[in-house]
Amino acid sequence: MKKWKALSPQTRSDFITYGIVIAAFIVLRLLSAFGMLSNSLTGLLVPLCAYIIMAVSLNLTVGVLGELSLGHAGFMSVGAFSGVIACAGMESFIPNPIIRLLIAVVIGGVLAGITGFLIGIPVLRLRGDYLAIVTLAFGEIIKNIINCLYIGIDGAGLHISLVSSAELGLNSGRVVINGPVGAVGVQKISTFTFSFVLVMITLIVVLNIMRSRTGRAIMAVRDNRIAAESVGISITKYKMIAFITSAVLAGAAGVLFAMNYTSLSSSKFDFNQSILILVFVVLGGLGNIRGSIIATVILYLLPEILRPIQDYRMLIYSIVLIIVMLTTNSEKAKLYIGKIKARLTKKNAKGGEQGE
Amino acid sequence: MKNMRKILCAVLAVVMCTACAAMFTGCGAKASPDKLSIGGIGPITGDAAIYGAAVKNGAQIAVDEINALGGLQIELNFQDDVNDAEKGVNAYNNLMDWGMQILMGTVTTTPSVSVSSEANEDRVFMLTPSASSTDVIGGFPDASGNVSIARKDNVFQLCFTDPNQGIGAAEYIADRKLGEKIAIIYNSSDVYSTGIYDMFMVTAEELNLDVVSVTSFTNETATDFNVQLNEAKNAGADLVFLPIYYTPATLMLKQADAMGYEPSFLGVDGMDGILTVEGFDTSLAEGLMFMTPFASAEHPEFTNKYVESYGVEPNQFAADAYDCIYAIYEACKIAGIDGSTPAAEACEKLIAVFTDPEFSVDGLTGAGMQWTADGLVSKIPQAVVIKDGKYIGM
Repeated sequence: MKKWKALSPQTRSDFITYGIVIAAFIVLRLLSAFGMLSNSLTGLLVPLCAYIIMAVSLNLTVGVLGELSLGHAGFMSVGAFSGVIACAGMESFIPNPIIRLLIAVVIGGVLAGITGFLIGIPVLRLRGDYLAIVTLAFGEIIKNIINCLYIGIDGAGLHISLVSSAELGLNSGRVVINGPVGAVGVQKISTFTFSFVLVMITLIVVLNIMRSRTGRAIMAVRDNRIAAESVGISITKYKMIAFITSAVLAGAAGVLFAMNYTSLSSSKFDFNQSILILVFVVLGGLGNIRGSIIATVILYLLPEILRPIQDYRMLIYSIVLIIVMLTTNSEKAKLYIGKIKARLTKKNAKGGEQGE
Repeated sequence: MKNMRKILCAVLAVVMCTACAAMFTGCGAKASPDKLSIGGIGPITGDAAIYGAAVKNGAQIAVDEINALGGLQIELNFQDDVNDAEKGVNAYNNLMDWGMQILMGTVTTTPSVSVSSEANEDRVFMLTPSASSTDVIGGFPDASGNVSIARKDNVFQLCFTDPNQGIGAAEYIADRKLGEKIAIIYNSSDVYSTGIYDMFMVTAEELNLDVVSVTSFTNETATDFNVQLNEAKNAGADLVFLPIYYTPATLMLKQADAMGYEPSFLGVDGMDGILTVEGFDTSLAEGLMFMTPFASAEHPEFTNKYVESYGVEPNQFAADAYDCIYAIYEACKIAGIDGSTPAAEACEKLIAVFTDPEFSVDGLTGAGMQWTADGLVSKIPQAVVIKDGKYIGM
């Protein structure tokens, strides 16, 4: 307990975040071991983890770096489809699905990172909202490229075409990505435990960046670009670090997501998907990682929980969105929440520190 | 004001808690054991909602009719999937918690491919009214002979597959000599459209049809077809084949009319429902032909009942769903399945009945429908033409 108090409030807050995630994992594992988990929830666990990674990584760009990105689903798409190709290619010589998934996640993350790098080179040097415009276009471009991409695998290796699946010239092979159809026949190898580990890695990476010297530099760029520049911080470099990290994590989440379904089409990763993740981030609080996780869990599960009242569920979902938006922004509500917080922390008031 | 907030909070909290509890333990609404529990999945919100709603309504009419007969009672639980694979699987898991024995769905292809894999793994019998891609049933080679997904032996289709529609359309043109020079405009970003187009081209070549112009569009560019229509016009096409859904088709017909281009138009089953589009001048669709197994004018009883209940003319999707429920009902009677049969046992029994050459169903979309072990339905393809604002069988 003494050691806990000796930690800085930031570190303590981070450990609470880790603790919440680990506790949730253990509770869910126990419930599923006793067979108390419904099919619906079991099916939602992996995509939920993927969305948490997406929201946390986007928060790094939007909340910590302060640049608006509207194409986060594009990185997810790059990761997802490269992961599908990688997995299909490794099927013959790596029998263990977890190792295959791990390699696919790395490949998907790296490729998404490379695309993030390419986008970042010109755009992150500019001032203003150019990143939003370019990432918006990027998401659409990726969608259209995959729409006319045909990839097949047979004994001779990988075949790629931009015309049609007949052009692949496969010799009793398998079409992995079939243009607008997308990928079908994907092996489902994502597991909840693997997803949990990936969420933890994401949290550790993002929180440690935020608390490090690099993170402070990134936040300085966000808060006052001129001041940051005047003390010798390289603006472009730190913007790049945050943006590429965010892209890599999104790519990894994409692989996780793709490997949870037998089919996948590029239209899944459209503008709406990017906005959905942005909603998670904004409603969870910009720069607030724990908030992103909680918002993702609530907002992703809500439409599913409300299935019994199906005619009204999308209506309730949007009302909840509006209520959250209003309450987190109104001064009155903030005051009210502050009062409750103060009452709860009264006992610890002598410690002098407040939670967050 | 303060009280209002408190009440609101309390209400929300109670709703969330009960819903959460129901979700965790899976003891929300349960299917009743003395009724046959049929699950349905389809888009009832979003862009494709019109198809899901038609299936839901058509199926409900069949369920009500069967329940009125006495005997085997059916309960239908229809869940929304927004035409998305992820939401489709969620809907499927939700139905599993409910206690679904048989799945009538899913309506559209994209979610169907994922859901059918889940159903195959869990051994739940699945009959889809309208998901027409061969990837839904699996084990079917594409135009170049590659099989990308293995056959799912418990999944059957009530509609024609996309390739079969392509073949059917090409043969129909050749048989009836609908046109000398053919132009095609298809949606290259759509699974359904490209599936039909690929096979149409293969068959057209075999039948020596003269295809003079092939142009495409995508979902993003489906707002202006002047380029495509001009190319067809300049190539002198007298028949335009449109393997697309009706929404872009309405615009296309309008633009063709504006530029004074008057060829014959031939569509596929996605064209069904074009007359119910709001704000569309139906006189433009006069003479439009399309391949569909259902002409509403030929089944007045069902059509009247549907119009009475839902206020719109039924389309092919509603009729497919109606037939699906009757096919399942007939098969369950033969196999002796009732509300207490476990899903896996019902699945094996239904596979045996459906693949039995003796088993056939007469429905709205065709007489003597039969199924083969590869999941395909066999019925006679039909076409309708729009005359005086009505669908007339050809």
